[in-house]
Amino acid sequence: MEKKPIVGTSVDRTDALEKVTGAAKYVDDLKFGPGLLYASLKRSPHPHAKILNIDITSAQKLPGVRAIVTGKEYNSYIGLYLLDRTLYAVDKVRFVGEPVAGVAADTEEIAREAVDLIKVEYEPLPGIFDPEDALKPDAPILHENLGKYEYAPFIFPEPGTNISNHFKVRKGDTEKAFTECTTIIEDEYFVPHIQHTPIEPHVCVAQKDSAGIFTLWTSSQSPFAQRNLLAKSMKIPYNKLRVIVPYLGGGFGCKAGVSIEGAILPLAEACSPNPVKLALTREEEFNCTFVRQGLKAKIKIGVDDKGKILAMENTYYWDAGAYTEYGVNITRASGYSSTGPYNVPNVKADSYCCYTNHPVGGPMRGFGMPEIHWGIEQVIDTICKKIGMDPFEFRLLNVLKAGDITVTGGVMHPVGLYDTLKKVKEDIRWDSAKPTAPSPKKVGRGVASMWKAPAMPPNAGSSAILKFNEDATVNLMVSGMEIGQGTHTVMAQMCAEVLGIPYEKVRVHTPDTNYSPYEWQTVASRLTWSMGNAVVKASENARQQILTLVADNWDCSPDELDIADEVVYHRNDSSKTIHLKDVVIYGVYGKDGLLKGGPIMGIGNFIPSDVTALDKETGQGPKSVVHFTTGTQAVEVEVDEETGVVKVKKVASCYDVGKAINPFNVICQSIGGVYMGLSTALFEQLMLRKGEPVNNDLSDYITAGVRDMPDEIIASYVEVPQADGPFGARGVGEHTMVPTAPAIANAVYDAVGVRIHSLPITPEKVLAGIKELKSLKTKPEELKEKAIV
Amino acid sequence: MEKIVLKVNHKEYNIYIEPHETLLTVLRERLDITSPKRGCEMGECGACTVIMDGKAVNSCLVLAMECQGKEIVTLEGIKSNGELHPLQKAFIEHGAVQCGYCTPGMIMSGKALLDENPNPTEDEIKTAISGNLCRCTGYAPIVSAIKSVATLSAGEGK
Repeated sequence: MEKKPIVGTSVDRTDALEKVTGAAKYVDDLKFGPGLLYASLKRSPHPHAKILNIDITSAQKLPGVRAIVTGKEYNSYIGLYLLDRTLYAVDKVRFVGEPVAGVAADTEEIAREAVDLIKVEYEPLPGIFDPEDALKPDAPILHENLGKYEYAPFIFPEPGTNISNHFKVRKGDTEKAFTECTTIIEDEYFVPHIQHTPIEPHVCVAQKDSAGIFTLWTSSQSPFAQRNLLAKSMKIPYNKLRVIVPYLGGGFGCKAGVSIEGAILPLAEACSPNPVKLALTREEEFNCTFVRQGLKAKIKIGVDDKGKILAMENTYYWDAGAYTEYGVNITRASGYSSTGPYNVPNVKADSYCCYTNHPVGGPMRGFGMPEIHWGIEQVIDTICKKIGMDPFEFRLLNVLKAGDITVTGGVMHPVGLYDTLKKVKEDIRWDSAKPTAPSPKKVGRGVASMWKAPAMPPNAGSSAILKFNEDATVNLMVSGMEIGQGTHTVMAQMCAEVLGIPYEKVRVHTPDTNYSPYEWQTVASRLTWSMGNAVVKASENARQQILTLVADNWDCSPDELDIADEVVYHRNDSSKTIHLKDVVIYGVYGKDGLLKGGPIMGIGNFIPSDVTALDKETGQGPKSVVHFTTGTQAVEVEVDEETGVVKVKKVASCYDVGKAINPFNVICQSIGGVYMGLSTALFEQLMLRKGEPVNNDLSDYITAGVRDMPDEIIASYVEVPQADGPFGARGVGEHTMVPTAPAIANAVYDAVGVRIHSLPITPEKVLAGIKELKSLKTKPEELKEKAIV
Repeated sequence: MEKIVLKVNHKEYNIYIEPHETLLTVLRERLDITSPKRGCEMGECGACTVIMDGKAVNSCLVLAMECQGKEIVTLEGIKSNGELHPLQKAFIEHGAVQCGYCTPGMIMSGKALLDENPNPTEDEIKTAISGNLCRCTGYAPIVSAIKSVATLSAGEGK
């Protein structure tokens, strides 16, 4: 018998048929019958204000209103890494859109009318709208109780300030090293807030039944984190809070942790036993859910006369918004990754998580990496221009290789970043002459590399359960969300590969915390690696049970047996075969004549075993993270010198994925990543006026459209195996957007000599830069190389 | 409540609706036809796209009252003889599906185009889906999926 490989082949997605036929169900598609109530939230119009009084009397009198709740009754804290948030505002509001009261009513219209009838008296307070302002001595303090909040041991809040986490790196001697540098570039870069904009808005239905059992049907990336945080906050036994999540219409981080569910659960409690539904409008989606944190980055890089990086000194001021329960860990991740993927012997880095009166900053695809690489990769480009070194050569010289020491003092694992640079250089035809464009267009090329580790607590675990059916098909239960990235497909492939069955025979299910096994969260691009390890273990567990049973019957050793195409066979005796369906449910007779086995189930779990704490003062430690995924992108752009419009013509991208479980899916992720990176590079910015979003609809918040995509994307991967990854794999979902924006910025500089410091790269900024360059032509040489925009 | 007759996917429904209800609400809430998705309810994302009398429309912008006597087709109604529509197959093959939330609207926009113009140019395909937002795929696989079906039907014609 011959085993056909499944891992490493581009099988069709397991979820595609459901999704092209309309059979796939999302939370909003589920039906709850005539008892369903509808919720609406009263939200703060102020970025920062004291709540003096909440008057709900006239709202309560409105016919059809079933319940109104406020922070008075629900004042417990909630949070993933720092418990700084309440389910409803208590005493104070800290951002425009913060829930102050919730209404449940018979219809959506009544709920909204009741919200309008709730009268809230505020005393406006001075706000903070810039992360550096948050650190000023006279800044208003947004969280007076910061010193009393619970937090994870690797988070370092500074009570009495607006800093909810300060991550420090002190490696080597930067002061001395900078004196040895022949070239030093110091610059500032800015990243605005953006909104994830999944096409499916947040939606949640909650119910407390007559027996006191809570159930949540919610559009969440994190059913188990939801249960953990909500059960803890509302003091519900974990097995009496059930979270069900069907398919998810995109998330990109904004549906991680707890978002709207904190507001709906109290309403469900008040309206028991009726279910209550909260479906956000697109406007609420922009105003009131997680946004990507803003960043002000001060970057200083010094090199020797050969272009070797000797020192970096980077300061990151994160505009983390009103609550940082999740964002504190973005600050940490950007600290332990603060150098980018380079071998830097001397590092000083300070990453500050700053409270501001902006919308709540939360995880977004890349988790801090697109933001810090925006600056790092441009400063590197500036150095290359200054010392006359090719940016690929510079990176080939400086990128981390296996055995190098990382920024936090750990040893770099085997890594293919060097190979991705080589591949991308070839694919973008870097060494060939740039094509010419008709005037007034100029062509430019740029490159950027990246690294990113799964940012998570050291004990983020995964588990998997599989059960065989009578016909030898398999139901695989996991709780990583199929969010579009294709995780169900690669889990089915790994399971089928180990079990020796066709992958179509494995059905993977969306989670229900009552029946599905634990998964920390669908974040950090960690599922292929972490959940994959659990699935492989569960599959091996079932396989061993099967082989042991059959070996007993055949009176041989399980090691002599294998499974292919659903048939157990003896490697050295072709007469001995048995179909799985004769084994997996009804048992097999042992050589003693007794029936053995029974319905086969496989279980597997996984937890990272060796991630260590990092020193609070130096950020140093043996192993900061489980691993890094690395990659490179190069782009070719056309810049119109008259209009400032940037058109990305061509992108080459390559990542070290360890092992491509499904090669086509890796390519699809890469194309999607280029799209999102390009969209953030050229278009996306949540405009805030004193904390109030002004472009909160899809006409004014611009995302890249079909016509903005490059003419050509050459996506590829290399495979330097991850020692502890399933089949050698590591994750690649988020990484694919990280280097796009700085690569485009570097290409714009190459085309027209304008260095763009703030995202997005708008035509206005490009034109202003071109104008400034022209005016600089009469000025001294050293000023010419920097046109600040 | 008003009584109307709505023809969806070649089937007639006699239903009572509120005059202000949109086609999207009526399809989803009263007929349990849930492939048209609620994404913005302002005609900006295209997730609710259905075909009305041969044209792709945002069902969130159409009042159900206006749909009497019109032919409405949703994703649920495009299989023929139990076979997937070529666009459905092409979306699977070309990696045009990730989270799937924009997929019903995308396929319906693509179908409205191909029904009217069986062999469109790439530019015409881009125009046809320019009202449909996708945040996962990067559009390229969607364009190539629609293009592959166009080429297919052009080939059949020869």
